[in-house]
Amino acid sequence: MWTHLQIELYKIFKRPRTYLAFAAITALIGVIQLGLKVDGKEYTEFVMADFATSFSVDGNILNGYFICYVILQLLLVHVPLLIALIAADMISGEANMGTLRLLLTKPQSRTAILLAKFFAAVVYTLLLLIWIAIMGLLCSMLIFGTDDLFLMKSSYVVIVKESDVFWRYAGAFCFAALAMVTVAALGFFLSFFAENSIGPIVATMSVIVVCTILSTMNIPLFNTIKPFLFTSHMNNWKEFFDFKVNDANEAIIGSIQNPQKIIQSSCILFAHIIGFVGSAIILFRKKDILS
Amino acid sequence: MQHILKVSNLTKYFGNLTAVNDLSFNVGAGDVYGFLGQNGAGKSTTIRMLLTLITPTDGDIELFGYSLKTHRKEILRQVGAVIEKPDVYKYLSAYENLKLFAKLSGIKPDHALLMNQLEMVGLANRANDTVKTFSQGMKQRLGIAIALVHNPPLIVLDEPTNGLDPQGIADIRNLILQLSRAQKKTIIVSSHLLNEIEQIATRILIIDKGKKLVEDSAAALFDSTQTILQVHTTNNAEALEKLSQSTWANHLKPMRDGLLIFQLSQEQIPQLNIDLVKLGIELLSLQPRNSLEDYFLQITAGKQYVDTFTN
Repeated sequence: MWTHLQIELYKIFKRPRTYLAFAAITALIGVIQLGLKVDGKEYTEFVMADFATSFSVDGNILNGYFICYVILQLLLVHVPLLIALIAADMISGEANMGTLRLLLTKPQSRTAILLAKFFAAVVYTLLLLIWIAIMGLLCSMLIFGTDDLFLMKSSYVVIVKESDVFWRYAGAFCFAALAMVTVAALGFFLSFFAENSIGPIVATMSVIVVCTILSTMNIPLFNTIKPFLFTSHMNNWKEFFDFKVNDANEAIIGSIQNPQKIIQSSCILFAHIIGFVGSAIILFRKKDILS
Repeated sequence: MQHILKVSNLTKYFGNLTAVNDLSFNVGAGDVYGFLGQNGAGKSTTIRMLLTLITPTDGDIELFGYSLKTHRKEILRQVGAVIEKPDVYKYLSAYENLKLFAKLSGIKPDHALLMNQLEMVGLANRANDTVKTFSQGMKQRLGIAIALVHNPPLIVLDEPTNGLDPQGIADIRNLILQLSRAQKKTIIVSSHLLNEIEQIATRILIIDKGKKLVEDSAAALFDSTQTILQVHTTNNAEALEKLSQSTWANHLKPMRDGLLIFQLSQEQIPQLNIDLVKLGIELLSLQPRNSLEDYFLQITAGKQYVDTFTN
């Protein structure tokens, strides 16, 4: 299994397309950082327009933590495409190249082959998120400095103390990793049904788009299925930035407003991962390799 | 002889289509086992069942004394295979591909072993080139190196000469003969090309529509005491009419390509020549043949069938 995982990772990182995702993320984050470095003041004035009359803010709002939050909000919508590029190609790409049949004539169980492929896709996904963390958080901290994190929610403002922010980002990135692994599992599952790479990649994105629309539409017909759609839970990394307050309405350092929501969402995402990968394994074990 | 492979009552349905129908055969150690049939006869389906790519609907496959159902991994460690097109990772070099599949075959490959394998198939000087720059023949040779890298006693080659030019076909044929004779490998090779199998096989299985037509040693199939003789005359139709009423009628076979076909011993040929002249038949040519193609003619008694194979 370990040998096979090494081989799968070797294959992934030998393909130029793998580095496209890292290059794309570097470029996107670089563009956001450049834009906010040059015109950040105007941006914060625009965002703060509604609060300007009632708030007087001291300090550096446009700090590395704030920039990372903006980056995460923007990027986590697009990262699934970059993940689908690899995950949805894991089986279909091999079928398309014709290497799947050679692979399956080797003395390895089909389950081991599939699990190695999935874990390789997971490693790729995690590396992509680590890269986002390095570029989005660490580089932003270096470029923009650090201070308290000032977030504007729909009906209230959250100010997270500088000393209380970093662990929240660690939690948010871990949750985002789980959400992105769910996307990888979906792409991996759909990859089973095709013998070319484009179909499963497009199908993965289509499923995400449709489910996201269903998750955001407030129509009674869809409300019953919403809690079970993985897209309803993918954005709950933001819950790490809501904290409890004491009777004096002061933030309780190290607290999370609704940890139950994070746990519940994590369980649902995890169940989706098990469902997608388990189904792929069951189907793949019975599949006749004809092409 | 010790049987390496025993196939019993193997059957595969794809929906309503019967791809392989109650097929049984054995392959002995050291055989070059020719697996012959038209396109769609069931060769590839059978080979894929031997390699666990397709699950049989019914029947048993036993390799090296173990059931394939229960000892898949142990068996596949002892098998090397090339299945139709030699597809490998095009973005990797020949060396990287070989190393990768060696590891998957359960061995720890060292540099000398890998280079030795590439040397054997004539790719040592292209070891570090990516496969996307390779010709079809080079890919096929790399496929064979991959099949052999873990030194398996059984090699399965499904249509190994597909898409190759005459030189490539000759190279593969020589490699198979070398593996059989020098390294004592057991080789199962499928093809729809009669002349290919005829030149290398020690035993031959002919299947059609998923059913076994005949299985025997190549020596038994090519009866050296009998010769197929093609006779071309100035008027073959008239000659056939005269010969049908002569003592040679029993030696006449159905006409092929407008030629008269006789089956007879070598010693009878001079007498036939004399009698043809006596009967007033003007000869253009007499051509003795004894090949699998002619054997096909005998067992199938159909020109169309043979033409499909040979064209």
